[in-house]
Amino acid sequence: MRDELLSILEKNSRIDFSQLAIMLGKSESDVLGEISKLENDGIICGYHTLINWEKTSIEKVTGLIEVKVTPMRGKGFDNMAERIYNYPEVKAVYLISGGYDLLVILEEKSLKEIASFVSEKLSTLDNILSTSTHFILKKYKDHGTIINKQEKDEREVITP
Amino acid sequence: MKNFLSDKVINIKPSGIRKFFDIVSEMKDAISLGVGEPDFDTPWHIREEGIYAFERGKTFYTSNSGLKDLRNEISNYIKRTQGIDYCPDDEIIVTVGGSEAIDIALRAVANPADEVIIPQPSYVSYEPCTILAGAAPVIIELKAENEFKLTPEELLAAVTPKTKVLVLPYPNNPTGAVMGKEELEKIAKIAVEKDLLVLSDEIYSALTYETEHISIASLPGMRERTILINGFSKAYAMTGWRLGYACGPKEIIEQMTKIHQFAIMCAPTISQYAAVEALKNGDESVEQMRKSYNQRRRFLIHKFKEMGLECFEPFGAFYVFPCIKEFGMSSEEFATRLLREEKVALVPGTAFGECGEGFVRISYAYSIENLKTAIDRLENFIRRLRG
Repeated sequence: MRDELLSILEKNSRIDFSQLAIMLGKSESDVLGEISKLENDGIICGYHTLINWEKTSIEKVTGLIEVKVTPMRGKGFDNMAERIYNYPEVKAVYLISGGYDLLVILEEKSLKEIASFVSEKLSTLDNILSTSTHFILKKYKDHGTIINKQEKDEREVITP
Repeated sequence: MKNFLSDKVINIKPSGIRKFFDIVSEMKDAISLGVGEPDFDTPWHIREEGIYAFERGKTFYTSNSGLKDLRNEISNYIKRTQGIDYCPDDEIIVTVGGSEAIDIALRAVANPADEVIIPQPSYVSYEPCTILAGAAPVIIELKAENEFKLTPEELLAAVTPKTKVLVLPYPNNPTGAVMGKEELEKIAKIAVEKDLLVLSDEIYSALTYETEHISIASLPGMRERTILINGFSKAYAMTGWRLGYACGPKEIIEQMTKIHQFAIMCAPTISQYAAVEALKNGDESVEQMRKSYNQRRRFLIHKFKEMGLECFEPFGAFYVFPCIKEFGMSSEEFATRLLREEKVALVPGTAFGECGEGFVRISYAYSIENLKTAIDRLENFIRRLRG
């Protein structure tokens, strides 16, 4: 049940639990038990909402920053990552293989704020060797969801 | 002017679905549960292979029986799913959908006095194709109390010295019924004893739930008397690509290929390239879709139980076939009123044979949100009818 449960919840965390239980062919209490186990084990880490901010009056700019760092003895990259992810404006931090070490995703109100975060906060941290900032111009697909998808049933309404 | 038309064709009843289709098309906000094809798009990796085939200029005819690569993959697929060996060279033909395979199979084997046994409710084309092939359809009316499975007694009662073919449509459209191994063994035994050819339409074979599909061709003594029909439409959500296939004894496939060659030439080339990808790398996509269908199936069955609507639990295809006899009206009347009063379209059981009277087909090839809205409306309707 676990795999199927997770793949449903990943797409729709707001699903009604009694309906979820029916879809999985399990009892509601089994499903609730499994979900709380998944939460306690840190497998389900949160329930978020995917918002297309472009359609609101709120300005949001997303930056992707490639960061090269010097790993710290005994701590590797974890310490540096922690110093970066503690900033609330940082939305995501990944350790990356290849040309740089950390990928930082940042959300701010304007390009200027992202620029100042990079120059004033990020670059001034010890062990940061270099940064390279990219701005996201348009989101086509996020979290497996196509933004602005026109849902239209192309099928003939009745077929044998 | 003389009458230019063929009597044989004129005498074929038009599909019972047509009239309904016209009403639904006029309605703007009707929710349809009447569709006989998947709601999923063809998985992207398969579509991309089609695009790539276009780019490489794969725009010519293939051999009459289909791309060798595709026949090889079909052969592998049947081998790994059913354990049956079909030689890609002369025991497999690629057709324009499963429906062409049904047509040419019947035409390849039927002589004028032959009888073709067709269990109903079932897909709409077996009976007209039999008539067009010049043979005589003999209908078996399947029973809800048998969960619409074909029983040995029903089959024996329908067999005459003239019987040549048994159409075996499982997993079944419209009932969702499946046949298990033991049930098939009984049918196979009769087929051998009475020397019948079985036309096994297994287009929904990949869509069974809580159970694995078994092909009658895999049972002892059956390979030489079975034409196995399958295709890409349902499993891989590839209806518009028009691609199916038939596997069977060389002598029959050879004659089918003759008809196919003169009528069709070959199945669409681009679709064939895409289908190679589907068979090679499509298992995971099919499994994901199957899981979704199963979730919806459980949801509907649960809802029917809640409403007290009589319905046996189907384990195949993507249909449920609830009984509406308690409301004292015909299937068509029920469907028409539901459409007019609650704007939900489903298909009257009679579209799949007269014995479908008293039942309606509900397709769950829809998102769960869609199903929920539609079922709420159905519930309102039923509550009103019950007063």
